Amino acid sequence: MNTIIIISVLPIALLYLGLYKAQKALLPVSVIGLLVALGASVYQWDQHDAAQTQYHGMLLFNNFSVVFSSVTIISTILILLLSKGYFEKISRHIAEYYAIFLFSLAGIIVMVSFNNLVMMFIGIEIMSVSLYILAGIKKSDFASNEAALKYFLMGAFSTGFLLFGMALLYGSAGSFNMDAIRDYVANHPHIDPMFYTGIALIIVGLCFKVGAAPFHFWTPDVYEGSPTLVTAFMSTVVKTAGFAAFLRLFSACFQPLSDFWTPILIVITIITLFIGNITALYQQSFKRMLAFSSISHAGYLLFAIVSLGSASANSVLVYATAYSIASIIAFGALILVQQQNGSDNFESFNGLGKRNPFLAFVLTVAMLSLAGIPLTAGFIGKFFMFTGAVSRFHIGLVIVAVINAIISIFYYFRVIIAMYFRSAERNEVAVPVYYKVVFAVSAIVTILIGVYPDLIARFI
Amino acid sequence: MTVSILLFLPIVAAVIVALLKNGVAKHAALFFSVAQLVIALIFLSKFIPDASTQFRIDAPWIPKFGIYFSAGIDGISMILVLLTTLLVPIIILTTYQHEYNREGAFYGLILFMQAGLLVVFTALDGFLFYVGWEAALIPIYFICALWGGENRIRVTIKFFIYTFAGSLFMLVALIYLYLQSPAGTFDLHNFYTMSLDAKHQTWVFWAFFLAFAIKMPLFPLHTWQPDTYTEAPSGGTMMLSGIMLKMGIYGVIRWMIPNAPVGFFHFQTLVIILAVIGIVYASIIAFKQKDGKRLVAYSSIGHVGLIAAGILAWNIQGVQGAMIQMLNHGINVVGMFFIWDIIIRRTGTRDIDQLGGIAKVAPKFAIAFLIIVLGTVGLPLTNGFIGEFLLLKGVFTYGATHFGNLVISAIAGSTIILGAVYMLRMYKNVMQGQTNALTATFADIKGSEQLTLGIICALIIVIGVYPQPILHISEAAVTQLVNEISAKFTM
Repeated sequence: MNTIIIISVLPIALLYLGLYKAQKALLPVSVIGLLVALGASVYQWDQHDAAQTQYHGMLLFNNFSVVFSSVTIISTILILLLSKGYFEKISRHIAEYYAIFLFSLAGIIVMVSFNNLVMMFIGIEIMSVSLYILAGIKKSDFASNEAALKYFLMGAFSTGFLLFGMALLYGSAGSFNMDAIRDYVANHPHIDPMFYTGIALIIVGLCFKVGAAPFHFWTPDVYEGSPTLVTAFMSTVVKTAGFAAFLRLFSACFQPLSDFWTPILIVITIITLFIGNITALYQQSFKRMLAFSSISHAGYLLFAIVSLGSASANSVLVYATAYSIASIIAFGALILVQQQNGSDNFESFNGLGKRNPFLAFVLTVAMLSLAGIPLTAGFIGKFFMFTGAVSRFHIGLVIVAVINAIISIFYYFRVIIAMYFRSAERNEVAVPVYYKVVFAVSAIVTILIGVYPDLIARFI
Repeated sequence: MTVSILLFLPIVAAVIVALLKNGVAKHAALFFSVAQLVIALIFLSKFIPDASTQFRIDAPWIPKFGIYFSAGIDGISMILVLLTTLLVPIIILTTYQHEYNREGAFYGLILFMQAGLLVVFTALDGFLFYVGWEAALIPIYFICALWGGENRIRVTIKFFIYTFAGSLFMLVALIYLYLQSPAGTFDLHNFYTMSLDAKHQTWVFWAFFLAFAIKMPLFPLHTWQPDTYTEAPSGGTMMLSGIMLKMGIYGVIRWMIPNAPVGFFHFQTLVIILAVIGIVYASIIAFKQKDGKRLVAYSSIGHVGLIAAGILAWNIQGVQGAMIQMLNHGINVVGMFFIWDIIIRRTGTRDIDQLGGIAKVAPKFAIAFLIIVLGTVGLPLTNGFIGEFLLLKGVFTYGATHFGNLVISAIAGSTIILGAVYMLRMYKNVMQGQTNALTATFADIKGSEQLTLGIICALIIVIGVYPQPILHISEAAVTQLVNEISAKFTM
């Protein structure tokens, strides 16, 4: 609970720091504040009174909330560490940027601890509105403006679906409270058709937010146009939070109705996997490839919801963590390479293995993890997802996923091939110390989870 | 003393070697691989050749999902552990004449691959098996792609995709078995006790078959192999052909047939026919090859086809023949690729027609080459003989059940002749006849080359004359496994 308060107050403090021109203090204060919030969150672990709802049943900060807020806070810290010297190139008013990042994170913490549909909606909106701004912070850049506008329009559109769906649920169940909705589902043998329509609309709204096909159209342009650091935040922390909210809502309320919504989600999953992977195959830009690969990873994450069960939260946690840390490495490396070459094509990575062995090595670990190769965290994530799906006898879905995993090898290995097997006459890419720390931590965590998944898999 | 020391030492060694400078790394790698061999020999001396699994390690890994770090050595594993630990130092020795840039990385990857291979050969847990399976693949991909020939990028990605695709299907089969197992673990012996219905066993069988058939490789899934063997650096080719393809064969014995006996039984004839087609097909192509390395690559497909046919016949002679032939094929094929490595390094060509008369200028080399050729074609008193004899006996025992099967067996047998023809013809064209501008100055072998070929030739002859100790290692384990699983065929 204190986590939300800390993360909400922190950005206001940062705005004051900006007012007094304490530019240098912004990053340390944000990181320390986030560490305190992390501590407050971890402190809630297994607390008995925490299992009680708070604020008249609005929030429930249970273990699920603890692990997901911890993961999102840690990812945010890693991304903010990459921001050293990044915002200064865009504008002089950098305190606002840090503040907006943290406001967005506050929304995310609400998204992983809501116990009422209204809170879910508010959490999603706090997060999204902040992101609309962040996408457009490069005011003079055409692509950044396009990204912000597109994201805003699409986001507003999907919000409409979400809200309409919630209204229909309210119309049937008579409450926004999740316990009341669960009781309604459990106690009514004949569920109102309006309720089903509500579920379908909520699926549409949430699929928009997590970027699952066929509601993914905004993703590539927004991811490509936004500043790379913001893209990193969107495709890791935001995606994790989106799936956490998705899972929380469905496992708490709609589990008994899975016969209705599972077929819908299976179709969405299959389309998402194929569209994400096949389109990623044809990209020349590394950043755009990551955008499409994030769509395909949304497809794998949907596995947990399709095969909803007691292990789903664990699967999403491991997969989202693995995906987030690998993506942070990938985007961090992209920022550095982009700064040197001014291009985000695959060719910019040519010969990186010779010039920057460390950078090439961590990026290789990240790519192997994204491709799901054993001894990296990505494999463990895929393994849990596949196990969940096979246990629900979705064998066909797993075969589709296997085919997609094979396709993904082509584009992830393109980077590795460019780095090690092609050469180019360029200078060494300078890697600042902060980046080195983030890279090393992320790579070590990726391998540690890959070798000994119990580190993370035992939590929920 | 548990098998874990054998599994972790190469990983530690790989990290150390990877950090060393050029010039030091190769010696360190040789030292560590010899240390591995010594440890394996200590295990061998303490090994009791009955059907039990010894030197067990069994530690919780992801207990929530029934995954244990569980490994051990029985007679079948022992042969493959010996094969791996014996060949890695030999392969490192064969690379002594090469100057690789980033030597530490090269040898580090070889040692890391050794760890993966040993995990595969000793794992008793499905998850561990899969992890070892992939852990052996990643290093060889980088070895081939970093130090390979001109077309390496295209060829190696094909190789990687092929094997990765196969192994993912295997992963699905393993997960399926795990979810069906009553104890809810990945334990191999737990899998053995299950009896799924025939339809599900068929699916499990095909998923495993895909993975293992790609790895061996069996016709028609072999298309990655000749290109990869040709483009890979010689050390990588030896790792692939000498040790890595045995992962597929071992998988068939340990994981595929015992876990889906009924599914296998339904398709036994079909897969034996595939194996036999592979032998004939590869032999004919090898017959036509002008490129020495490709010829050896195709001959390897043929030999592996025979080993596969012996296993798929699933009787004691066939499987025992496969066990000893895996060891022999490893030794012989490494010798053969080393011979070609020497020829390529001295003459700069792989074209058989451009060579000739080398025997006149390099007599020691000629003797070594001849012994390896004879071992490969399976002349009595060389190591190839006993293996091929047992394999054919196994295939004919299977053939005795039915006339159609007898025809298949006869075709498989006749290819031995074909193999002798192309191998001896290659020897004749390369070594005999008149010397030409390329071969006139061919220097005879010396130093590390002499040592390596000496060890290989000695092994060929010693195993050929007295194979009994090696057969004895795996006999009890094979007998028990074959009988236990055959009893399930009729269910």
